[in-house]
Amino acid sequence: MSPSSVKAIAEPRGAPRRGWHRFANPGRFLRAASKVQPWLTAFGVVLTAVGLIWGLFFAPADWQQGDAVRIMYIHVPAAWLASAGYLMLALCSAASLVWRHPLADLAAAEIGPIGAGFTALCLATGSLWGKPMWGAWWVWDARLTSVLVLFFLYLGHITLVRAFDDPTRGYRAGAILALLGVVNLPIIKFSVDWWNTLHQPATISLTGAPSMYIGMLWPLAFSAVGYACVFAALALAGTRAAVMERRIRALLLAEAARAEDSVPGAADALETQVPA
Amino acid sequence: MAIKRGVPAILKRKHRRLILLLACGLGLGSATALVLSAFRQNLVFFVLPSDLAAQHPSPERTLRLGGLVETGSVHRSTKGKEVDVRFRITDGHTAVPVTFNGVLPDLFREGQGVVALGTLGADGTFHASEVLAKHDETYMPKDVAEALKRKGLWNPAKGPPPPASTWNTLTVPVTTPAAAAPTASAGERQTGY
Repeated sequence: MSPSSVKAIAEPRGAPRRGWHRFANPGRFLRAASKVQPWLTAFGVVLTAVGLIWGLFFAPADWQQGDAVRIMYIHVPAAWLASAGYLMLALCSAASLVWRHPLADLAAAEIGPIGAGFTALCLATGSLWGKPMWGAWWVWDARLTSVLVLFFLYLGHITLVRAFDDPTRGYRAGAILALLGVVNLPIIKFSVDWWNTLHQPATISLTGAPSMYIGMLWPLAFSAVGYACVFAALALAGTRAAVMERRIRALLLAEAARAEDSVPGAADALETQVPA
Repeated sequence: MAIKRGVPAILKRKHRRLILLLACGLGLGSATALVLSAFRQNLVFFVLPSDLAAQHPSPERTLRLGGLVETGSVHRSTKGKEVDVRFRITDGHTAVPVTFNGVLPDLFREGQGVVALGTLGADGTFHASEVLAKHDETYMPKDVAEALKRKGLWNPAKGPPPPASTWNTLTVPVTTPAAAAPTASAGERQTGY
């Protein structure tokens, strides 16, 4: 087998495709991702650092919550990214189930642990904020419970994707679970409007003025954009690694096949050893 | 192959899968909506004073009562180390008297949202074993809050702050305490608090 045919296995080349399927070609995806990723990482780290330092040390304290309000700059972006990450996971799952996009499965498997991490951060900081302000570490109100369900959905996806010997079956099962879990996203978002909850309703809405002082809103915005870049950079790095891993596996398989071809009769010898 | 299965040949496999996915999503969505609306009463974290008046729960049933601490209703009485607090929780229509013995959260004040866990006595008094503070979605620096109070635009004990667009970009002039003091007293005279 010539080197070029080995490359063809590892990196299938077809007619150039339009839309997201352009990046179905792993080679093209790797080239684009390696260009984008340094920028995402740099922006993510710098914006998050600026937002958090600004928020934790320089932004004004709240009139009734005092300095405890600073937990917001860590908690709120984590909560946003927990939900947004799940939406990305669901979109990847749909792309996998409907369009059989070859990279969607790999991306979904990588988004799971990152989203679970952001959700855990959201739950932990929320608990630390709840004790001094509300007087309780945890309550079973609709908002808190639905975010806990989100965390379990992430954990379920992580386990399910890796539970099968045949990765394709794992990806399929994980995608179905991820899509079933989408129903939880509007519940999280509107829980504070639909039911009486201890958690307060949204401060920032698309329709009205944010009921937050501008000097607190800016660091929050920096922190949120920074978190989003960090999330994207982590997901991209994971997906790149997964693509390269798959490529190495294909190369090793091709090499094993070539080794078998070069020793004629090896397969026959094996067969004769099997007792009749 | 598509024709054999009795599906129009025009529909590509991926389109069939997309339609299947959307149909499943629609079904799941409506099922969830039905379940959530059926369990509406059980999903609330607390009941309002008006609900309590309508329900008349039995005295042994533990429930959560939520609402605003009524202005001027808080009375503390100290017996030795014990601090008894009596206040009223209101939702604007009905107010329920509450007794509580224990540590109140820092955010507890008149006009603040609170959630009390306890039982409703036969005399209509709610005996709370735990009081949680519910803070609102407003994030406001101390000097902006002071400026609003000074101008008589907001009394935190009486209700929520004015619309956010009136204060969220407010620049508060840096005033020395001596210069600020006369303004504050003038404001208090005008609004009577």
